[in-house]
Amino acid sequence: MLSLRNVHAAYGSVLALRGISLEAPEGGIISVLGANGAGKSSTLRAISGLLRPSEGTIEFDGKPIDKMRPEKIVQMGISHVPEGRQIFTELTVMENLRLGAYTRRDGDAVKRDIDRIFSYFPVLGERAKQQALLLSGGEQQMLAIGRALMAKPRLLLLDEPSLGLAPILVREIFSIIKTISEEEKLTILLVEQDASLALSIADYGYVLESGTVVLEDTAEQLRGNESVRRSYLGY
Amino acid sequence: MDSIVSLTGLWPDTAVMLAAPPWEDPSLFAQLIISGIASGSLFAILALAIVLIYRSTNILNFAQGEMAMFTTFMAWTFMTRMDFWPAFFVALLVAAAMGGALERLVLRPVEDGPPLNSVIVTLGLFTIFNGLALWIWGPLPKGFGPFSVFKGSAICASDVCIGRLSLGTLIVALIVMLALYLLFQRTGLGLAMRATAQNRLASQLVGIPVNNMLTLGWALSATVGAVAGVLVAQSVSLTTGTLFVILLYAFAAAVLGGLDSSIGAVVGGLSIGVLKNLSAVYVPPEVGSVDVAMAFLVIVLVLMVRPAGLFGRPAARRV
Repeated sequence: MLSLRNVHAAYGSVLALRGISLEAPEGGIISVLGANGAGKSSTLRAISGLLRPSEGTIEFDGKPIDKMRPEKIVQMGISHVPEGRQIFTELTVMENLRLGAYTRRDGDAVKRDIDRIFSYFPVLGERAKQQALLLSGGEQQMLAIGRALMAKPRLLLLDEPSLGLAPILVREIFSIIKTISEEEKLTILLVEQDASLALSIADYGYVLESGTVVLEDTAEQLRGNESVRRSYLGY
Repeated sequence: MDSIVSLTGLWPDTAVMLAAPPWEDPSLFAQLIISGIASGSLFAILALAIVLIYRSTNILNFAQGEMAMFTTFMAWTFMTRMDFWPAFFVALLVAAAMGGALERLVLRPVEDGPPLNSVIVTLGLFTIFNGLALWIWGPLPKGFGPFSVFKGSAICASDVCIGRLSLGTLIVALIVMLALYLLFQRTGLGLAMRATAQNRLASQLVGIPVNNMLTLGWALSATVGAVAGVLVAQSVSLTTGTLFVILLYAFAAAVLGGLDSSIGAVVGGLSIGVLKNLSAVYVPPEVGSVDVAMAFLVIVLVLMVRPAGLFGRPAARRV
């Protein structure tokens, strides 16, 4: 469904990606692991069009998307939940969700989908009319995921959903992510610092180091891998 | 009211006629408030134009008044060839196109740079529009009197009156504000524009064509400014300097209300209008003319006491 081949990208003169190659087949959760600065977020930014690759190709459903603008890529069916959530803090929860459906033209279905998001995240339904700024960190993360789902993506890019959240909330959010991926037949590319958490719900994983893939395998194999355990799982 | 102002202005050190205080002459006071609101609605519209741009692009458009002046000159030219309202709307269309084009071609390259760059660019636009207008229409004042649709005698209730022009200005201003309110609060496009103003990255990620929203913001702002320009020119003859003073009041209004708040722009505009009227009459003439100084005084005081203005967001934000 998604394939990156030898993707290079830089912020100004700082190289972030040095030849990433990665495949995400339809269905399931693919985890991208790595230390800070390994290029995890940059990989997602390159896919969603925020970071223009200088070299290499990115294909979605066999079509090149590496020269497309972000809004076109959303329309193709890729939604990105960025690092730090980036919700519209001054707008209401409802307005945030409506904006998630900005590229869609099927108004009635949008209403139904908002209700579906509320069934995954009931707390959002309770606070629908509140300013998003007033939500807790966990609720903001839920809103960010809900907003991304409103675009009806087939591929969801999730960047550090656990960042800054209490462990109990993180487990809740991860279990909802798992449920969503199964019920919506959604492919998820999950970037996560917490490797053991990510590998607990992922089917497949890539390990990044200084902007390139150094290891890839099924989640099960990675959990057992000696160097992954030492570097990322901490035992 | 006019006579009082000019008397005190003319003979500052002879036995000056100071206006009776409000409790002795309440109808004068009421009159000042009403005409203050009418002229304040002009400041409010221009302040709205400034806020529209500031909110979406963080650019303080110093050329806002000169752009309005330029389009008002165009409106004048159109009015020599067609009726008031058609000419008015054609001028608004031209203003929108001009505003959008300016964003695309001139502001786009500096939008992401340091703020000083865009300040210099809008100051440059200020001089360019001023020079162009002088070159095209010359230094002689242009009167809108012959074309005006706001004619007729004042409407009075007991001894407080409102002129047709003031009333018309107020109505047009209300229409502009209502239209903007409906656009931003009730339409998907307005929601997308608010989203873009707030968080560009997130807007891109939900699929909003951010660049188009910025262009649209400038087009809208130039249009709103053009409305203010044509209304201003109904009461004073139009020269290349006409809108500059109005811009000062509009800036004071925008700062008072909070540079990123539409409601603030309206409240600020009306307050400045009333304040300007009251200070012109009640401030003892020995102090001198406080008209324009009042605008600066408001700006300085607000920046000292409450920099975010009455309705603005404080500069420190939660990230």
